[in-house]
Amino acid sequence: MKVKKGIPVIDQGDRLGFWGGKFGGNFVPETLKKPIEDLEIQFNKLKNDKNFLKERDNYFKNWIGTPTRFIKLNNLTKHVGGAQIWSKVVSDANGGAHKIYNATVHCLLAKRSGKKVIIGDTGAGYAGKMLSMAAKKFGLKCKIFMGAKDIKRQQPNVKAMKKNGADVIPVYSGSQTLVDAVSECMRYWVANCDTTAMCVGSTVGPAIFVRICGWSTSQISKELKDQLINEFGEVPKKLKLYNCVGGGSSSFGFWNEFMDYDKKQVEFIGVEAGGPAKSKKHAAPLTYGSKIGILHGAAQYVNQNSDGQIEETESISAGLDYPGISPLHCFLKDAKRARYTAASDEEALKAYQIVTKYENLRPSLEPSHAFSVAIKEAKKLSKNTIVIINSCGDAYKDRGILEKKLGKKYVKSN
Amino acid sequence: MLNPISLAFKRAKKEKRPALLTYTVAGDSSKKQSLKILEAISNYADILEVGVPHNTPVADGGQIQTSAYRAIKNGIKINDIFKIVSDFKKSKNSKPVIFMGYYNMIFQYGENNFLKKCKKSGVNGLIVVDLPWPENKIFSKKCKKNSINFIQLLSPTTSNKRLKSITKDSHDMIYYISMLSTTGGKLKVSPKKILANYNKIKKISPKKNCVIGFGITEKTISNFKNTDGIVVGSQICKEITRSLNNRQNPVINVSKMVSKLRKKIS
Repeated sequence: MKVKKGIPVIDQGDRLGFWGGKFGGNFVPETLKKPIEDLEIQFNKLKNDKNFLKERDNYFKNWIGTPTRFIKLNNLTKHVGGAQIWSKVVSDANGGAHKIYNATVHCLLAKRSGKKVIIGDTGAGYAGKMLSMAAKKFGLKCKIFMGAKDIKRQQPNVKAMKKNGADVIPVYSGSQTLVDAVSECMRYWVANCDTTAMCVGSTVGPAIFVRICGWSTSQISKELKDQLINEFGEVPKKLKLYNCVGGGSSSFGFWNEFMDYDKKQVEFIGVEAGGPAKSKKHAAPLTYGSKIGILHGAAQYVNQNSDGQIEETESISAGLDYPGISPLHCFLKDAKRARYTAASDEEALKAYQIVTKYENLRPSLEPSHAFSVAIKEAKKLSKNTIVIINSCGDAYKDRGILEKKLGKKYVKSN
Repeated sequence: MLNPISLAFKRAKKEKRPALLTYTVAGDSSKKQSLKILEAISNYADILEVGVPHNTPVADGGQIQTSAYRAIKNGIKINDIFKIVSDFKKSKNSKPVIFMGYYNMIFQYGENNFLKKCKKSGVNGLIVVDLPWPENKIFSKKCKKNSINFIQLLSPTTSNKRLKSITKDSHDMIYYISMLSTTGGKLKVSPKKILANYNKIKKISPKKNCVIGFGITEKTISNFKNTDGIVVGSQICKEITRSLNNRQNPVINVSKMVSKLRKKIS
C-alpha cells in the first residue's frame, strides 16, 4: 500500500470509495445511496469552483479567524530539554476547535443544495457546537445527536449548542457515547434525507463524508506550511507533527499539506486514547491492533469482538472516545506514512498539568494526549528538530473533569 | 425445482393473498424463546425473517434496536443463531428462513464460511442492510452459487436507472422499502403512493417477487392485499417487549398477533 504523490489523499480512493483497496467505501442502506451520490456530485464540482473557494476562504478568514497562531513553547522547550517544541494553536479558531472548518463547509454545501435543516453527531460536543454556530450563521435549522453520557460530561458545549438554537437530542442506546450518536444521526438521516443535510463530525462515515471533512480541516496544514516558511525560510529538515487521533479529522488536516514530503523529513505521529491505565478498554484501534470491520458505513480498523459486535471504548476525552478510526488513517498506517501510538488517561492529565504549568496554553484533554507523547519523545531529540503539537481544542469544555481529577486550581483561570 | 422462497410465494398466490413475512430478532429474549416464537408464528407466516442482532445498526428504529440489544445482552452469538435455524428446520423444513442483518457480521465470519454455514443450517436467503448495489455484486453472486437468495433492497430514493440495474442483478425476491424511514416508523406515505412505486417495480421486473416492508402494522396491512408479500417486523418486536414488561408469555402473544395479521390479508 502506497500513498501516491501529487494527488490529494482524499482523492486517492477507488471507484467505490476505498483507500488502499480496503478502507472506507459506502456500506449504507439503499435509501442513502441517492443523497450520498448527490453530495458527491456537488462536492466534486464545488471543490474546483473558484467562486465557491472564494466564499469558503472568506468565511474561514473573516468568521473563523484564520490563520490560527503558530507559537514556540519556550518554557516547555527549556523544561523538556531536547527538540524545539512548538504548537499550532488551532483552538484559536472561532468556537475553540478545528471542528469549525468541516461544519462551515457542510453548511455552505447544504445552503447551496437548498436544504433547510442540518443534522450532526458529536462526542466532546465540539462538532455539535461548531455545527450549531455555523447553522445559525447560515440560517439553517440544526439538530445535534449526542450520547447521554457525553451530555453529562461536556456540559459547557451542550449549553453553547442550545444557546445557538440547536436541538440537542440525547442518545440512550448502547454505550451512550459518540458511536451511538453517529448511529442515531445516520438513522435520522435515513428517515429525513429528502429535506435534511447531514454533517458527519469527523473523517469517518461513508467515503464522501471522509473526503469533505479531510478537505475542510486541511486548512490547518495549509496555514502551517506558510507559517513554517515564514519562520524558518523553509520546511524544516527535521519536523515532527504530533496530533491526537479519535476519528482523525484534526490530525489529517494537520498533516495533509506535508503528505508528499519524505517521512524522514516530516514525520506524522498520531496519538490515540489509551483509556485508563488500569482498564482493558481503550479507543486506540490502530495502536492495539484491532481488526478491520465495518462501522458507520466504512471499512476501518475498529474495536470489536469475534462476532463483529462493536466494542465499548473508554477514554477520559469524549472527543477521542470512538471505537473506529478514519479510513484515511488506516491507509496512512498501512502505507507506513504515519506512526500511531497511544497515551493513557493519566498520561494525558499529566501532560495537561505540565503544559499549563509552563505555558500560557490550555489544551483540552484530546490534544493533551498528543502533548504527552511529544514531551516524552522531544527529550530524546536534537535541538534542531522541530516538534509541533496541534492544540486543536481548548480545555474550557473539560472544566468539570479537570476539577474532579486535579483540583480547582487547574481550572480557576478559565 | 423451485427454491423454498419462490415456492412460498407461489402457494400464497394460489390462495390469492400476499405472502406474510415476519421479522423477529434471533435470541430475543433468549435462544430458547426465540426458537419457540419462530415455531409458533410459522403456523401463520409464509417466510420468516430472522434478524441477526448488531449493536451499531444504522437503519433500525427503536423497537428493533430494543430487541437486538436485549438479545445481545442475553449473550446471543452468531453460531447460536445458526443453531436456532437448524433446530427450527428440524420440525419445519419447508418453511423458508431469511437472515437480515449488517455486513460486518458476515465480514468477520468470512463470506465463504458464512454461506457454508447458512446452507448447512437451512438459511434460504439473506438481506444485508448495509451492502447496497453495486457493492454487493460479488457477494450476491456467491450467494447464488450456494443456492441462497440474495435479496436486493429498493427504496423511494432509488432512481429508475438504479432500479433497472438492481432488479436485473436480483434473485427471486426483492424488497421494497415503503418510505424514507428506519424500521418501525409510522407510515408517513399514503398506501396509494407506495403501491404506485410497487407497480413501477413490478412493471420493470414482473417475474420477481416483490415484498413491501417498513411501517406495516395490523392497521395498515390490509392496504397491501394485492401485492406479492408484506413484511411485519417492528410491531412484532414491540409486542415481545410489551409482553415481557407485563410478565406475559411473548410466544402466545406474538403468535396471536401474527395469526391476526394473516387473517387481515386472507
